[in-house]
Amino acid sequence: MEILNHLAFGFGVAFSLENLAYCFAGVALGTLIGVLPGVGPLVTIAMLFPITFHLPAVPAIIMLAGIFYGAQYGGSTTSILVNLPGETASAVTCIDGYQMARQGRAGPALATAALASFFAGCVGTLLIALAGPTLGEWALKFGSAEYTSLMLMALVASAVMTQGDAVKGLAMVVLGLLVGVVGVDVNSGMARYSFGVPELVDGIGFTVVAVGLFAVAEIVVNLETREPREVYAGKLTGLMPTARDLKDAAWPTVRGTAVGACFGVLPGAGPALSSFATYMLEKKIAKDPSRFGRGAIEGVAAPEAANNAAAQTAFIPMLTLGIPATATMALMLAALTLQGIATGPQVMLDKPDLFWGLIASMWIGNLMLVILNLPLVGVWVRLLTVPYRWLFPSIILFCSIGNYSVSNNPFDVYMVAVIGVLGYVLVKLECEPAPLLLGYVLGPLLEENLRRALLIARGDPTVFFTRPISLAFMIATLLILVVMIAPGARRSRQLK
Amino acid sequence: MKPGLWNNRDFLAGLLFVVLGGLAVALARGYPIGSTMRMGPGYFPTVLGGILLLFGVYVLLRGVRSGDEVKGEWGYRPLALISLSIVMFGFLLDRVGMVPAIVATLFAAAAAGREFRFKEVLLLAVVLTAFSVAVFSYGLKLPYPLLGGY
Repeated sequence: MEILNHLAFGFGVAFSLENLAYCFAGVALGTLIGVLPGVGPLVTIAMLFPITFHLPAVPAIIMLAGIFYGAQYGGSTTSILVNLPGETASAVTCIDGYQMARQGRAGPALATAALASFFAGCVGTLLIALAGPTLGEWALKFGSAEYTSLMLMALVASAVMTQGDAVKGLAMVVLGLLVGVVGVDVNSGMARYSFGVPELVDGIGFTVVAVGLFAVAEIVVNLETREPREVYAGKLTGLMPTARDLKDAAWPTVRGTAVGACFGVLPGAGPALSSFATYMLEKKIAKDPSRFGRGAIEGVAAPEAANNAAAQTAFIPMLTLGIPATATMALMLAALTLQGIATGPQVMLDKPDLFWGLIASMWIGNLMLVILNLPLVGVWVRLLTVPYRWLFPSIILFCSIGNYSVSNNPFDVYMVAVIGVLGYVLVKLECEPAPLLLGYVLGPLLEENLRRALLIARGDPTVFFTRPISLAFMIATLLILVVMIAPGARRSRQLK
Repeated sequence: MKPGLWNNRDFLAGLLFVVLGGLAVALARGYPIGSTMRMGPGYFPTVLGGILLLFGVYVLLRGVRSGDEVKGEWGYRPLALISLSIVMFGFLLDRVGMVPAIVATLFAAAAAGREFRFKEVLLLAVVLTAFSVAVFSYGLKLPYPLLGGY
């Protein structure tokens, strides 16, 4: 079995003392910050990215991945104990998780979430190991035309599938692509949209865009709205779920994992949509649907499994195709690029230590999460009482230091403020920032492939429709557009 | 222009897209367009700017028709203070060193909140300064002077 050899190799990489330490650091930091109310995985990664920037590529990506699923996981603790999710993906867990906590069953709810996430994480990781090489091999056949169509499909899907308005989402993608244009054009060496500022010739740094759009804009939004916070005040007694709880949670976990794994690879869908979809599914097939919303353990297990499975499988298109499915994956992709790694199907061949080491580290990291979370849950609970007025200045400070340290240039810090203002205005006007980030990250790649494809085809744009794989992507793009703009689909999305 | 338009969510979003798209097209006029076969540096941004402009017009008109308003107040004060605190960090770090920059940033950012308790912020500043110096100066060995300019 070839895959076993690969995995053994991966575990060899991941089990080095250095990588284990970074994996643990990432998972612990991710949980620590992800637990804080109102701080989601995206902000956590954007804030901590500059730290990993100073590491070599393999430990850096292992740590970033750890931060990501650690933060994702920390968010579920928050949504069970505080009726305020740290991120959209755990919003669904709030519904039944918080009810369980109020009924004095916070312990079993947390344990169920932990075990369901662990199961889903393991399955998700296995799927990456299984699907990665196959998909990667297939993708090696892609030419520029295929890549252009694939990126177009990913961008359109991310725009129409995020919450909110599809047309605005598409506009945000285009705006993101334009932000990506800033800087030197690789083909002609001409500086575009640099306004004579030497720093802009290198383009706008991705930490600048990510921190500005997500951290800064979100903090300002949080500050202007007074949110009443209900923190679960009772004592945590009896962490372990009963045998009946485990039996009730088993199948929902499996179903949640399956739903999440499918949604994870879809561009734009990701964890948020998957936990919502799986919750609806459980409610539909339950014998007594009225229990949902009143502390049903299925309502914790299924969405938690789903969002964790989706969080893992989202790595598949990012690692094998170089196409991020979510904003978080766009950050990961940009981090790889900054580390000087050419992303795409060649990653597996050129950098097997990175690919297989990362997969193995995810397994280890998921295990660490369970160990870290079940006995230490008391520590995380205490973190929930940290008031926001201490948190946000600290986040702002770390984002500033972090961005300064990437380039040692105050200009980048100024740009964070500029992008932050733009991000805040966009959020107020209900334009989702995630498609913008995706467009920004994919912009340079899209332009390069588009130009190359048309050069090879001697300027004939039908090339995108005459090559079968490219045609399939184009048809899929069109279908996504038609389905999402159809009135029925719109209404169901607004239910969220 | 009707006064309600300045609080019209989609009108403003559309307007923003139109302005940015228009700007993108206008600036890209200075870059060679090339042909579809050999695209110049101006081709891609011109097309994008045009598309953004069209989306903007659509969103703008839809806003005029639906009249949906921006939810909540505009948080001018937190926005200004948070931006200021970030800018201050970049500005001060080069000139007076890391410690004063951290303290100034924290105070300015904390002022953006609804509650500002001087003693708490002071304590936060002391703790975070010590933490940042330990992590960034000693841990990651970033070469910024703690006090004083370059």
